[in-house]
Amino acid sequence: MSTLDGKIPGGPISEKWTNYKNKVDLVNPANKRNIDVIVVGTGLAGGSAAATLAEQGYNVKAFCYQDSPRRAHSIAAQGGINAAKNYQGDGDSVYRLFYDTVKGGDYRSREANVHRLAEVSTNIIDQCVAQGVPFARDYGGLLDNRSFGGVLVSRTFYAKGQTGQQLLLGAYSAMNRQIARGKIKMYNRHEMLDVVIVDGKARGIIARNLVTGEIERHSAHAVVLGTGGYGNVFYLSTNAMGSNVTAGWKAHKRGAHFANPCYTQIHPTCIPRSGDYQSKLTLMSESLRNDGRIWVPAKKEDAQAIRDGKLKPTEISEEDRDYYLERRYPAFGNLVPRDVASRAAKERCDEGHGVNATGEAVYLDFAAAIVRYGKEQATIKGEDNASESRIKELGKAIVKAKYGNLFDMYKQIVADDPYETPMMIYPAVHYTMGGIWVDYNLMTSIPGCYAIGEANFSDHGANRLGASALMQGLADGYFVLPYTIGSYLSSDIRTGQISTDTKEFDEAEKQVKERIDSLVNNNGTNPVDYYHRKLGNIMWNKCGMARNEEGLKEAIKEIAELREDFWKNVSVPGKANELNQELEKAGRVADFLELGELFAKDALERNESCGGHFREEYVEKSGEQKGEALRDDKNYAFVSAWEYTGVPSEAILHKEKLEFNDIELKQRSYK
Amino acid sequence: MNLNLKVWRQNSPDEKGQMVDYQLEGISEHMSFLEMMDVLNQKLINSGERPVAFDHDCREGICGSCSMFINGEAHGPVKGTTTCQLHMRSFKDGDTIFIEPFRANAFPVIKDLVIDRSAFDRIQHSGGYISVNTSGNTQDANATPIPKENADLAMDAATCIGCGACVATCKNSSAMLFVGAKISQYALLPQGQVEAKDRAQNMVAQMDAEGFGNCTNTGACEVECPKGISLSNIARMNREFLDGSITK
Ligand SMILES: Cc1cc2nc3c(=O)[nH]c(=O)nc-3n(C[C@H](O)[C@H](O)[C@H](O)COP(=O)(O)OP(=O)(O)OC[C@H]3O[C@@H](n4cnc5c(N)ncnc54)[C@H](O)[C@@H]3O)c2cc1C
Ligand code: SF4
Ligand code: FES
Repeated sequence: MSTLDGKIPGGPISEKWTNYKNKVDLVNPANKRNIDVIVVGTGLAGGSAAATLAEQGYNVKAFCYQDSPRRAHSIAAQGGINAAKNYQGDGDSVYRLFYDTVKGGDYRSREANVHRLAEVSTNIIDQCVAQGVPFARDYGGLLDNRSFGGVLVSRTFYAKGQTGQQLLLGAYSAMNRQIARGKIKMYNRHEMLDVVIVDGKARGIIARNLVTGEIERHSAHAVVLGTGGYGNVFYLSTNAMGSNVTAGWKAHKRGAHFANPCYTQIHPTCIPRSGDYQSKLTLMSESLRNDGRIWVPAKKEDAQAIRDGKLKPTEISEEDRDYYLERRYPAFGNLVPRDVASRAAKERCDEGHGVNATGEAVYLDFAAAIVRYGKEQATIKGEDNASESRIKELGKAIVKAKYGNLFDMYKQIVADDPYETPMMIYPAVHYTMGGIWVDYNLMTSIPGCYAIGEANFSDHGANRLGASALMQGLADGYFVLPYTIGSYLSSDIRTGQISTDTKEFDEAEKQVKERIDSLVNNNGTNPVDYYHRKLGNIMWNKCGMARNEEGLKEAIKEIAELREDFWKNVSVPGKANELNQELEKAGRVADFLELGELFAKDALERNESCGGHFREEYVEKSGEQKGEALRDDKNYAFVSAWEYTGVPSEAILHKEKLEFNDIELKQRSYK
Repeated sequence: MNLNLKVWRQNSPDEKGQMVDYQLEGISEHMSFLEMMDVLNQKLINSGERPVAFDHDCREGICGSCSMFINGEAHGPVKGTTTCQLHMRSFKDGDTIFIEPFRANAFPVIKDLVIDRSAFDRIQHSGGYISVNTSGNTQDANATPIPKENADLAMDAATCIGCGACVATCKNSSAMLFVGAKISQYALLPQGQVEAKDRAQNMVAQMDAEGFGNCTNTGACEVECPKGISLSNIARMNREFLDGSITK
């Protein structure tokens, strides 16, 4: 075990980034032309980085597995993006966004990174508006905001329920401009399968052309991974079907430490699962918690009657409803952070108050909001004697304007009308705070290999606040990496093009090909999905919302066994040299089967509860906070960064000590 | 429910494809259409056959990857819905379902139901952006108020997911709805107006070069568009294009 150096610049926290920028080495424009950068991933992080680096003059090669960069998983983000603009004049500031993020992350993030994130957040909004991102506006033509969980100000910018789509199309448009100029060469339908290290530095990648199956070598002076999160290790999650850990995992196997893999966010407001065939879960934006009230039947008999289809939620009177978040957390109510809301839902369902046929769902109810908005509108319109139905009509129109597309989506999936009956929701895996370890420069432990966006670990600690992932992705790509990478590349101005005709590329390519061959020639009996589902079950039951020592030990063993079985008995039809979607999945699941084991190991070693990592053994035993998570700052205020050794559960732990000079460590209280 | 599927199978771009029959039993009405396809594929794999290739990713109607032509309609029978959001409750026991790729000269089939839509990307390269660098000191986002009405219209246009259903539906394989949506988004915002004329010229030229057909105002695209992109965007594009032609 060693202690890791985050390379955090000196000075007061609010001046670190400015000082850093003032002193960082720059590459002169003429030299940038001689430098190549590979960017894997075209989501908010990769897309914005590729565009900006190309703008600066570097030759960028960008990769994504979809048929167009515009389809990266970021497209699915609904609710919004945070920025400390304080347009609402409600007391927001860079410091407050910084503070909220560190607190929301349960004091497990790196202070200096978070402060930088809060600082550049305001630039993001300016940049996006200049690009033509159509954020929501008020009648005065100015930008509108909403509030999100875990904070007391309104700082979230949004574009209907399609914020991620609009921000990604903004980054995609910036990429298009550079593709047209020839500064970005775009490789769609390409999957990175290894990173190539030459003389200790990342100098290229091996990628598979997903249309032809060809294995290609690409070289560059630096490699940037913006490859997203690994929530799909749980099989069922809100991530896109193709989201994977492969790029990050390959880098890990080549020397990049993997940090805090067990920090996973389980999002409280997702549509509950309906059957075994389920392939993914759908998120209902957290913004719904601004207006929806969460409850379960207070009486177990009522919950049972609902599960049996004998009672409807609208038939339960106010007294017989338990608005458990409002009851337990009066200060934040329905807007507590995600980890708190998710665990509270699980607790109620485990106690027998859950609804839906499965008993794994709670209600999110808009009836009160509809009446409240309706009355407001009636007053505005001067309809003082509006009838109850008129009030409802007016109120529904407002709710529709705010959340219409989400309500439509719900109706399409569940075939229920949420304007008339409460929505059913249940927590689902959504986001991974853990990821590849990076220093302040966003460089991984492999020199010249960077990780940005959800793929890295640094900014959200053990729990991410809503609307902060989009902020981080764009901060990293537009405003941070383009500076920090310069300091590394400034030593490469005389290196010249990196050859792909070397033994390092030979060796990496050979390994990739061998693995593909062993998958397609396996002649096993079980489809890839069979293994992915099994892995997902182990993860959800033993490494999910609540974890304990015994379960985690079992998980490590079971995942190792499942992995062995996979390599013996998986069946991958088709050939290596063609479009072969089963082969793509097989490679990704093989990597998840390794990551899952490290995940469980990390959770086992962290003997405390913090953020999304909840260990049943570590809770407050008495007092006002009874049952709440119990953090252990004395022994666990560090980042766990794991070094690969061959067997995931035998990885070596390196610690990065977390120092909080500007924020006092406190128990998070949302009461 | 039990279903008869007729699915387009084509091994490679230059091979001739054909419809192939499959029987599926025990499909739940709560399944999504793609989950039904998953069931078919698991069955095919278990019996040693090649699964059906199809594009999909988000499975929530936003990435624009999924692209099936179902019973003669792009994204199937339900309006305002992508294939991934279609549920089996829209079908009934014993139904025969035809499943084909989106067809257009500009969208060649790669394999089975997977098509090549890169022509859409190339149209965007030709002008689908506002020329602004990332500097960190662009003007404050609230410096130029934008009338809510315009902002909302721009947003409506910007919700296009680039799926290509409009092209697949149009008898001329025209891409005018897709291109019109992008041009409109920018034309409606002050930031986009500086380059508006050139943008319309360049994007339309690229659209023609890619082999998309002309618009003859049948309006089928608007009907089948899963995001409800309005025909008025085509009218706006034509205005922008004509303006550009006159001043050039
Ligand atoms: C349903 C949903 C809603 C959300 N809503 C919000 C929200 O409202 N606000 C918010 O802040 N956050 C939200 N999030 C979280 C946020 O969307 C993501 O964390 C963020 O978009 C991740 O961006 P990224 O650029 O890091 O990665 P992604 O957008 O996931 O992009 C990954 C890229 O990497 C590529 N890639 C991956 N592996 C490989 C490989 N091996 N080879 C080649 N390419 C590869 C992919 O093709 C893709 O281009 C939401 C997430 C979900 C699931
Ligand atoms: S205009 Fe509609 S149908 Fe055409 S690509 Fe866009 S979303 Fe799809
Ligand atoms: S899979 Fe993304 S829109 Fe259908």
